Amino acid sequence: MNSSLYYVPGHPLTRRAFLGRSATGIGAAALASALSGFATPARAASETNTWRGVVQPLHFAPKAKRVIFMTMAGGMSHLETFDYKPKLAEMHGQPMPESLTKGQPIAQLQGAKLTCFAPQHPFKRYGESGQQMTELLPKLGEVADELCIINSLKTEAINHDPAHTFMNTGTTISGRPAMGSWLLYGLGCEADNLPGFVVLTSNGKYGQGQPIASRQWHSGFLPGEFQGVHFRSQGEPVYYVTRPRGVSASQQEDVIRAVEGLNRQRNEAVDDPEIATRIAQYEMAFKMQTSVPELVDFRQEPAHVLEMYGTKGGDGTFAANCLLARRLAERGVRFIQLYHRDWDHHGGVKDQIKGTCGEVDQAAAALIKDLKQRDMLKDTLLVFATEFGRTPMAQGNGRDHHIKGFSCWLAGGGIKGGITYGATDDLGYNAVTDVVHVHDLHATMLYLLGVDHERLTYRFQGRDFRLTDVSGEVVKPILA
Amino acid sequence: MRLILLSCLAALGLTAVAPLAAEEPVRFSRDIKPILAGKCFACHGPDEAERQGDLRLDTQAGALESGVIEPGKADESELIARVLSRDPDMQMPPADSKKPGLTPAEVDLLKRWINAGAKYDAHWSYAPPSRPEVPPVDEARKEWPANEIDRFILAAQQARNLSPAPDADKRTLIRRLSLDLTGLPPTPEEVEAFVQDTSADAYEKLVDRLLRSPHHGERMAMFWLDLVRFADTGGYHSDNHRDISPYRDWVIEAFNRNMPFDQFTVEQLAGDLLPMPTNDQKIASGYNRLLMTTEEGGAQAKEYIAKYQADRVRNVSSVWLGATLGCAECHNHKFDPYTTKDFYSMAAFFADIQEKAVGRQDQVNVPSSRQQAELAQINARLAELRGKLEAPSAEIDAAQAKWEETAIAELAAARGEWRPQKPLEVASAGGQTLAVQDDLSVLASGANPAKDTYTVTLPAELERITALRLEALTHPSLANKGLSRANGNFVLTELTVALVSADGGEEKPLMIKSVEADFSQPNYPVAQAIDGNKQSGWAVAGHEKPADHQLVALLAEPVAGAAGAKLVVRLAHDSQFPQHNIGRFRLSLSSAEKPGLTSPSGIPVDVGLALETAAEKRSPEQQATIRRYYRSIAPQLADVRKEIADAEAQAKSLEEASRTLISMSGSPRMVRILPRGNWLDETGEVVEPAIPAFLGKLNVEGRRATRLDLAEWLVAKDNPLVARVFVNRLWKLMYGRGLARNMEDYGTQGSYPTHLELLDWLALEFQASGWDVRHMLKLMVMSHTYRQSSAASRETLAADPTNDWFTRQDRFRLDGEFVRDNALAISGLLSRRLGGPSVKPYQPAGHWQFLNFPRREYVHDQGENLYRRGLYTYWQRTFLNPSLVAFDVPSREECTNERPRSNTPLQALVLLNDPTYVEAARAFAARIIREGGSEPAARIAFAFRTATSRAPTEREVELLTALLEKHRAEYAADPAQAAEVLKNGDGAPPEGIDSVELAAWTSVARVILNLHEVVTRS
Repeated sequence: MNSSLYYVPGHPLTRRAFLGRSATGIGAAALASALSGFATPARAASETNTWRGVVQPLHFAPKAKRVIFMTMAGGMSHLETFDYKPKLAEMHGQPMPESLTKGQPIAQLQGAKLTCFAPQHPFKRYGESGQQMTELLPKLGEVADELCIINSLKTEAINHDPAHTFMNTGTTISGRPAMGSWLLYGLGCEADNLPGFVVLTSNGKYGQGQPIASRQWHSGFLPGEFQGVHFRSQGEPVYYVTRPRGVSASQQEDVIRAVEGLNRQRNEAVDDPEIATRIAQYEMAFKMQTSVPELVDFRQEPAHVLEMYGTKGGDGTFAANCLLARRLAERGVRFIQLYHRDWDHHGGVKDQIKGTCGEVDQAAAALIKDLKQRDMLKDTLLVFATEFGRTPMAQGNGRDHHIKGFSCWLAGGGIKGGITYGATDDLGYNAVTDVVHVHDLHATMLYLLGVDHERLTYRFQGRDFRLTDVSGEVVKPILA
Repeated sequence: MRLILLSCLAALGLTAVAPLAAEEPVRFSRDIKPILAGKCFACHGPDEAERQGDLRLDTQAGALESGVIEPGKADESELIARVLSRDPDMQMPPADSKKPGLTPAEVDLLKRWINAGAKYDAHWSYAPPSRPEVPPVDEARKEWPANEIDRFILAAQQARNLSPAPDADKRTLIRRLSLDLTGLPPTPEEVEAFVQDTSADAYEKLVDRLLRSPHHGERMAMFWLDLVRFADTGGYHSDNHRDISPYRDWVIEAFNRNMPFDQFTVEQLAGDLLPMPTNDQKIASGYNRLLMTTEEGGAQAKEYIAKYQADRVRNVSSVWLGATLGCAECHNHKFDPYTTKDFYSMAAFFADIQEKAVGRQDQVNVPSSRQQAELAQINARLAELRGKLEAPSAEIDAAQAKWEETAIAELAAARGEWRPQKPLEVASAGGQTLAVQDDLSVLASGANPAKDTYTVTLPAELERITALRLEALTHPSLANKGLSRANGNFVLTELTVALVSADGGEEKPLMIKSVEADFSQPNYPVAQAIDGNKQSGWAVAGHEKPADHQLVALLAEPVAGAAGAKLVVRLAHDSQFPQHNIGRFRLSLSSAEKPGLTSPSGIPVDVGLALETAAEKRSPEQQATIRRYYRSIAPQLADVRKEIADAEAQAKSLEEASRTLISMSGSPRMVRILPRGNWLDETGEVVEPAIPAFLGKLNVEGRRATRLDLAEWLVAKDNPLVARVFVNRLWKLMYGRGLARNMEDYGTQGSYPTHLELLDWLALEFQASGWDVRHMLKLMVMSHTYRQSSAASRETLAADPTNDWFTRQDRFRLDGEFVRDNALAISGLLSRRLGGPSVKPYQPAGHWQFLNFPRREYVHDQGENLYRRGLYTYWQRTFLNPSLVAFDVPSREECTNERPRSNTPLQALVLLNDPTYVEAARAFAARIIREGGSEPAARIAFAFRTATSRAPTEREVELLTALLEKHRAEYAADPAQAAEVLKNGDGAPPEGIDSVELAAWTSVARVILNLHEVVTRS
């Protein structure tokens, strides 16, 4: 497994380029100048190498170049956000029809009496399109005409951990690549100083903070180059990017240049392409030590932008992550995934969801507006989704996990805005019209990026695996 | 460029079977089946449900009956016409399958095969191996082969006009062997000794030494633990801790004792089912408990039972059979003859294992034989020490007599305030057993109700009663050795006191004026114990910090006691938290005006009672109580007590370390075939344990087959897969790639071995040797094939670009744990201690922030545990240490047959900035300064020899010297920065070395530890 994300067949960088450099770079005669050369900030462009992906050429003309995937972790209630169910309100307190619930999977309500529980907040119509959404999301309402709301999503796992794994990898079995890893593997990376798949996380104050495993952004059986890199909002933004204590920036560069120099010398003796790759990776590591602090430095953002998102940055909020996502998108990162862990509302859903909606509304809307004003919305696909929805049945004054019908929205590159697609039944239990399975969502996402989901495969355990497992249909009616 | 391209293709899984020499006969299973399996079997293969046009091509009968193949006549065969056709109605594979058409080379192979008679042969791995003839040695090369391995390898090379590479030099060989067999680099002394040893068997002696090293077991265990998915946590959701490290230590020990692989197999799968199993065998059976488990509230038991059984089938079939039986969970296998019935029948073997579908698994204390021996030693020592403590001594008796006088005076002073009362009656509304102890405390046991109210009747005989004291006392029988049987904490929601006068009659409630406590948990102030509110109460965080606590209630009006009068005290526990009832308590009364909270005397109550009894009236028990207590505090015995405490602590940590998960067999669950894998569907056929049908049948004479039967079948002589799969794994460890390349799949979608005869020969040799793992490893490393240089000529690279024919050794990056071990070994920091609970080395702050239920904070260990080998790292499945993850170390949620070997910028960041490596560099710098002579050149040479086993070149020395001088000058100009360098990591900086010098050499050491060569085995 000698592949490398940043060193690719066909790239102009060849082994000879390294040999040539080593001959003139750190030679015995010019040692002093070589060492002062350590401090030269920029190396030749030929030493920057980015993975270009295995899908070449693309299967379709792409509509989007990158994805910002907002995961409302914990299980966002569709009934209090995007799926308007007046009938459920009428039936409040009455028994849930057994015809719907019998023999169906159920989580914490196992063995409990199942009664209808009215939507806890009013809905209203927004925008020219008149999209129906909760009153709790007024800022998103301002961009309602950009949104394609899907009210007929279905998934297969009813507990948080497997449900996230399903949403991210297309299966509940561990060890498969996350969707970001698939995209990076298939499409490559445009950034030469940042990873191609970045994960951002934030906590809220209202729901239970359900754990999230790092497997959710792991590359599974794909090579390690393709795993998501977790950017943290507090402390070191990327693990190990901070140089050791007592080592100045120039000394750190000396060390890196010396490693590169000695590796080049060694390569003259043993002629090993892995060494060339190693040198390129030290170069990238070196760049990240500058690019990452620059990336998270929000001081360059004008006040009105900070105000629009509702953050000062660096505060670990969802809003700060939305702004960071825009900055990552600008820098060519392929797949940016945000987790907001505040949606598990088993009890007190009325107050809790109000709080949680308040944590995301302004920033998610700001992200759309900001991308639009930078003319990046047209080729950025935004997905606002969750691992599952919540029961129309009461769990005390909250709702339990629900997988048979729930909501998400998409916006941006290649998406028809201002429409609502698919529907659940009158009580919001089963997705019944234009059902969209998680596999379909994946297939559609890949399609918009120019990839046929059936043809992006990787051979493992004797089988060609894909993100969509053995199913998935592109949801054509939502495409612009 | 070519090599890079090919290695990338290999990484992408695009390489085809090694090219066939033109004159070699076409073999169905090697040459044809991969084509058909890739392009045709999905619709024309074993899965009946998906089969199209009633055509199956995976069996000879199916293919011939259908008439699409005319043996001997390729041009008349419809199969050929179809794959060549461009007509959308005709062409195969059809366009909508999205499978690309056959290449001309593939069509050519199909034609050659049909023209040769279209003969099918059994898939290579499903037929038992037959001992192949060892190829004769060519006269010209007769010096080369060291053993049979070389003869097979050489014959295959010569058939392709290839030749082996010369042996690597001795420095490379000892480095390669040390890393391959122990995962640690050789010391410079070991290298020199080997280089100097010119005896004929120098190499073999080295091999034997390394195979006997205790680190060999660690190296092999690391490989095995990936397969069986060993980890310290449950994996799902809250990903909580489970005790399982004894299993890991058993694996290390098994490899160090060279346990035969058949026994190794049986003990893991069924150690608990062996007659009179030893503790070690029970620990081995922990294998069956290594899977991911959940504790998530709301998880459905049936769903998780289905998940667990599938997990076990995937693992056992992958580890031992190299099979992808997991594919048959929902449908018959698309490419191999495994059926869904096989899948669920395999699951049924494990249906006897007792476990919780959802919740914390039960762990048990099972000391291993090693631990038992240690424990016996400690206990013998303890008995001896306790004897010393008890031994008669006039001197100590005299001291005791003196002490008693002062103690009695002390007690009298204290007693003035509080008198513990022996309850007349104790009652529990919730049915708990409340028993009065010798020290007058009351201990709860038996029923454990969610809520309870205690009614305690005390004698009210003091002349004047001003206050009541309630002591909540810890006890070993309580949860967390704390204060309740819930989680160690209690909530006292209401305390009331009433008086019953000597002549009986009604209870008269007594007003409590105020309460105070020595401690109250935030939000649970003591005043809530008398606020009349049933929900609120007093609590003391006993779940977090189990300790004795007390409450003092001052009566509004003093009460005059009398003989026969009684106080009735009620302790109510009505909070929302179940079972938060006080587990042990004691009540005392006082006559003092303002009695204090704590008793000023540290003397235990029972000792105090004995002391207060006049000496001549003391019972023998009371005398013994006093004597025992005095000896627990006598200054003359302090040393003995310290030794006892140390030994007890050792015994305790051993006992804790012996807690583990083992297999416990019970009546087996019913196992059904789940249609489409749907656990809600209960219509499927009920199945009994059975091996995959096409591989035979167990001879169990009508009884239900067990895990032991399964294990014995796996290691039976006629099992075609197990020996092949395992020797192929060993081969990969020693040569960098398998004889069958695909480590995950030995079925039809796997790769045909490049050297099937050699693989079979090795498999049979393995069985014939009594499954002797070390014998096989020695055979491999003694071969010249192993000893070859990893450098290859341009001609060899062109002729054998992906090293299919082993024309050289492989070069590869060390596994993540070994990258760490290597740096620690070079620096001299490495702890070489074997086994024990997993350890917590440095980890970036906040890495565990997304763990919940409960939240956890990672606190790295202190001292030696920071420098243990990587394999002992605490394996938190959902958030494994990122320093390891960067180097492709798996989370072990599923079987890992093969780790990727990536080369990423994150690896560079780890080696540059992780405190583990910075501290190692600093320790290495100190070694260089101390042991490397006084001149920079000599020191750099020492550093190179230590880290790479070779001397540096002149240019290397020059470069590093220049770096050293530059940084020395910079640190000399800024000594504060140099002092900062010493603060990386926890270890104390070395004494007697100038910090500027040390900081500058640390830069040099960092460069060396970052070199590609240092993290590479070549």
